[in-house]
Order: sequence, then structure tokens, then C-alpha cells
Amino acid sequence: MIVTRGLACQYPGGAVLRFPDVAVPQGGTLLLRGRSGSGKSSWLALAAGLMAPSAGEIAVAGQALRELGPVQRDAWRARHLGFLPQKLHLSPALTVAGNLELVYFAAGLPVDRAAIAAALLALGVAELAGRRPRQLSGGQAQRVALARAILLNPQVILADEPTASLDDVAAREALALLLGTAQGCGATLVIATHDARVVVAMPQAQVLDLDRLPET
Amino acid sequence: MKLLQLSWRYLWARPLATVLNLLLLTLGLAAITLVLLTRAQLDRAFERDLAGIDAVVGAKGSPLQLILSGVFHLDVPPGNIPLREAQALAKDARVAQLIPLSLGDSYRGFRIVGTNHDYPAHYGAQLAQGRLWQQPMEVVLGHQAAQATGLQPGQSFAGAHGLADGGAAATHAAHPYVVSGVLAPCACVLDRLLLTATESVWEVHEVAHGKDDDHDAAHEDEKREITLALVRYRSPLAAATFPRHVNTTTNMQAAAPALEITRLLRMVGVGTDVLRGFALVLLLSAGLSVFIALWSAVRERREDLALLRMLGAPPRRLAALLLCEAFWLAALATGLGLLGGHLLTGLLGYLLAAEQSLPMTGWLWLGVELWVPALALTVAVLAALLPALGAYRMEAGQLLNSR
Repeated sequence: MIVTRGLACQYPGGAVLRFPDVAVPQGGTLLLRGRSGSGKSSWLALAAGLMAPSAGEIAVAGQALRELGPVQRDAWRARHLGFLPQKLHLSPALTVAGNLELVYFAAGLPVDRAAIAAALLALGVAELAGRRPRQLSGGQAQRVALARAILLNPQVILADEPTASLDDVAAREALALLLGTAQGCGATLVIATHDARVVVAMPQAQVLDLDRLPET
Repeated sequence: MKLLQLSWRYLWARPLATVLNLLLLTLGLAAITLVLLTRAQLDRAFERDLAGIDAVVGAKGSPLQLILSGVFHLDVPPGNIPLREAQALAKDARVAQLIPLSLGDSYRGFRIVGTNHDYPAHYGAQLAQGRLWQQPMEVVLGHQAAQATGLQPGQSFAGAHGLADGGAAATHAAHPYVVSGVLAPCACVLDRLLLTATESVWEVHEVAHGKDDDHDAAHEDEKREITLALVRYRSPLAAATFPRHVNTTTNMQAAAPALEITRLLRMVGVGTDVLRGFALVLLLSAGLSVFIALWSAVRERREDLALLRMLGAPPRRLAALLLCEAFWLAALATGLGLLGGHLLTGLLGYLLAAEQSLPMTGWLWLGVELWVPALALTVAVLAALLPALGAYRMEAGQLLNSR
């Protein structure tokens, strides 16, 4: 569940971006739509607790982020948020399983190998656990990154441009996988995209159109 | 995944850079270890061999040469002194003990020293086999000399003229020595000497150089010489007057070992300081190299680190990750550096032993070596500080803007 009220962020130059209020129920989907520089990344950063709003409130997974200090925000993000970046950022120094182990390292938790195996199995890439990222195809890498995002059963998954640079078929598959995975773990899904195909493919999702925001 | 485990994997993700950094750090630490070990053993050897010797009386010349030849048996003596004059000094009220030493011959590079039983007693030497010499031409072997020559009590050998490795030099084949005993190791200069009665040296040389049987014994004594004498004072006050007395009233010189060795160590110290300085420069280069490698690692892994922040890793954990990489380098380099330093010292000891010089071993662990890991850790941590700060300040937000 994500609820915002009067949310705004101020950029270093002084410009302030005010976002419309949203209320996304648990398990729902929100599309942040807009061109580059429209504020998608800022909204994601606010939702991830990486940036403090200059005004307004944001509550994610039932937690008002303003109430959390920096250390608590890191811990909260580790336990409640899954993240799928556009560049998948699978570390070449580690195997697929090692990349998933990073989630536990970041959260300061002991590694749960059974959970890693289960996540890879759920995404259909269990047999790739021992491979290096350079040995994966694009689709396989995306599945591994998604497995990493859902490993700790997050309540919210933030996906940044998941279909960028994919052809139509691959984009459709990626969205289906993302949606199916989020539904499978009951997570709220937020997709930041400038890809019109995503809006078409997800008619049931709430859309926050950032191209029409007034900047003050 | 544990911090140490992850940092280890990241470290070896760049094997070439890691190996080069490791090599640089190891070289610096090995050089430092070598300096520490050699200097400590040099100091110990000097201290041990000098113990209880207040002055060395010998022919005029370089006092340092006299000490090196008479106490440490590392140099040739400046000349001989008349026996009568040395005996006169032994009766001086300031002298508690005077031990005569006669040098000139050697066997397979080990010096044959003519002396009396006071000499082994001075170093507290114990017999491992046989007995001390009881008559001229009997010889007792030091531990190292016995091991190197393989001589056993009862066996005989002929000394060679000269103090260097005398295999090819003229031998006194007509006057063989008989081994009467072997000393237990004393970790002192005796280990590499062959000890015999002073009379043995006279006998070999007087015959070799043509003894005239018609001369009477008194006349012989008048002509007899020894090489030098080790002197122990009755009181420390003698140090103020005895050397001056010898130097001004006789044709001999008295040298104070403590003074000369301090001078020698100061000279040697320049060498060790240069080596130590060189090692520190190596360590500085290694530190710089580690810094560059870690700084590059932070730049290369900027997005990995940002992802870790996004996944909830607190800044201190990212900084710790970089510091741990430096820690691994320091730990590995410490192990390799200490090993290398000890191996080099062992090699140096082997080479010195081949020349019957000062004993040196790599099988020695000094408390001061604890500085080696401390130094390695300091260099590595200092080199990692800025990169760790860079990791600490890593913003996860840049991950959202990377395309």
C-alpha cells in the first residue's frame, strides 16, 4: 500500500515539483508515466526513502517515512522494498546465487540458501545459480534480478523502466513476469516508465502521469 | 553473506590488480622483516661475543680490525705482539684476566685458535664429546666447525696456513692436529672455531719456519709471540687508564670493544637505515597502489554499491566492505612478507655460514615483528580511507538515473 498527500520535492536549483496524491492498495499497481526528467526517479527515491520530501507525506507499506531516521529507513527498505533497476546491476564478481546473497548482506541478515533456491525456481532460473552474470541472456538476467527483488518477500516492488530497450515480445513477457511475480507475493507494484506499451498492457493499473505536472 | 567473504570475492574479481598490490606490499614488508631480523641477530651476536671482554690488546693498527679479528674472528689481525709483554700486562693490578689468542692457521675456512682453557670457560662452553685439549696439537672443535668438517674425536687433520678458506693454501701436513673433543653449541663465536693450546701454534710455526734446536728455552720465550689478548678488568675504573697506559708505554694497542662496536654498528646502521628507508618507500608505493586500486574499485562498482544502498545496506557497511578488502590485502601481505623476510634471512644465514661468518637464521621470531602486521594494516587502511569514504557517501539515487 502506498499513500501520498501533498508530496513535493525541491531540486538543488530551487525548482519544486509537486506530485498529485495517490493511494495504491496493497497488491495494486501504479504506473509512473513520463518522459526523462519528468520526476519519475524523484518519486521512486521518495518512495524508497532515499530522499526526504520538501513537503507532504508519503506512507509506504503502512509506514510514514518521515517518522524514520536514516538508519531505520535503510533497515525498513531492506525488509519491505524490492527493487528492479533498469540496468540490472548483477555484479560480475559474483555468481547468480552470490548476487542474491547480496540482499542478505545489505539487510544484515544471515543467508537463507533455501529461500534463494526457491526464488530462482519461482522465476524459472534455478539451474543458473552457479553461473556468472556474463553467462546469462538478457531475459535470464532480468529473471535473476527479479528473483533478487522478491527474495525477502517485499510489500512493495519498485521497477525502473523494466521494458526499455526490449522488443514487443520481450517487453510483454517482462511485464507479465513482473506482474505475476508481484501478485504471487502480494506486493504493491510501482513501475516507472516512459513506454506507452506498458500503459496499454496494464489497463487495470493506476497511472500517475508526470508529464503534466506543474513545476514551480 | 558475511562482510569478509564478500570483500574477499570482490578482491579477487580483479586478480591482476590484487596480485600486483599484494606483491608490492609483500616486498616492502619482507624487506622490513629482513632488516629487523638481521639487525637483531647482529646486535645479539655482538653483545654475546663481547660479553665480559673489556679490552683487546694487540699490535698497533686499526682498533676496529683488532676487535673484529680478536673477538668476532671476522678480519685478519693487524700483527703479533711479544708474549713477554702480554705476560707483563697480565700481572698489571688493573687486569683480572688476560686470555692469549694466537691466530694464523685454519682448516677448511674455520680458524685454528691457540689459547688456554680460560677462553672456552669465558663463554661458558660445554663439551658435547671428548675432552678439552691436554697437550699441544690436540684440538677441540666448535659445534658449527665440527658439523661442517665432519671431524670426530680421535681423527686428525692438518691445518692450512692463513685464515681464509685454506684448502689450496700451504698445509702443515707434518704437524697434524688430533681432535680431542667437540663443544656443544654455545651460539657464540666458539661455534665456528677450532681451539688448541697456544703451544700448538708455536710448534707448527716454529718448525715450519725453521726452529733452531740450539737455542735455549729462555731465548725462545723471549722471541715468542701471540696475536692478541682479551682482557677483563678488575674494576671498571681501569677503562680510564689501562688503554692509555698500553698505547703510550708499549708497542701494542689496547682497543675497547664496546667503543669500536658502537662505531661499527653506527656504520652498519647506515646500511640498515638505507634498507629500511627503501622498504618504507616500497610500502609507500604499495599504499599508493592499493589506494588507486580501491579508488578504481569504487568507481567501477559505483552502481553495485549504489544497488547495495538501494537494497538497504547502511553507508557504514559499504565503507566496511572497502576497508575489509584492504584488510585482506594487509593480512595476505603480512603472511607473505613475514615468510619472505624469514626465507631471505635464512638464505643470508646460509651464505654467511658458507663463509664462516656471523651466525644468522630465519628460524627466529622476534616480538618486534608484531610491527609488521601493524604496519601492513596501517598502510592498507590509510590507503582505503578515501575510497571507503567514497563508498560511505554513495547515493542510491544515482541508480535511478543510470540508463
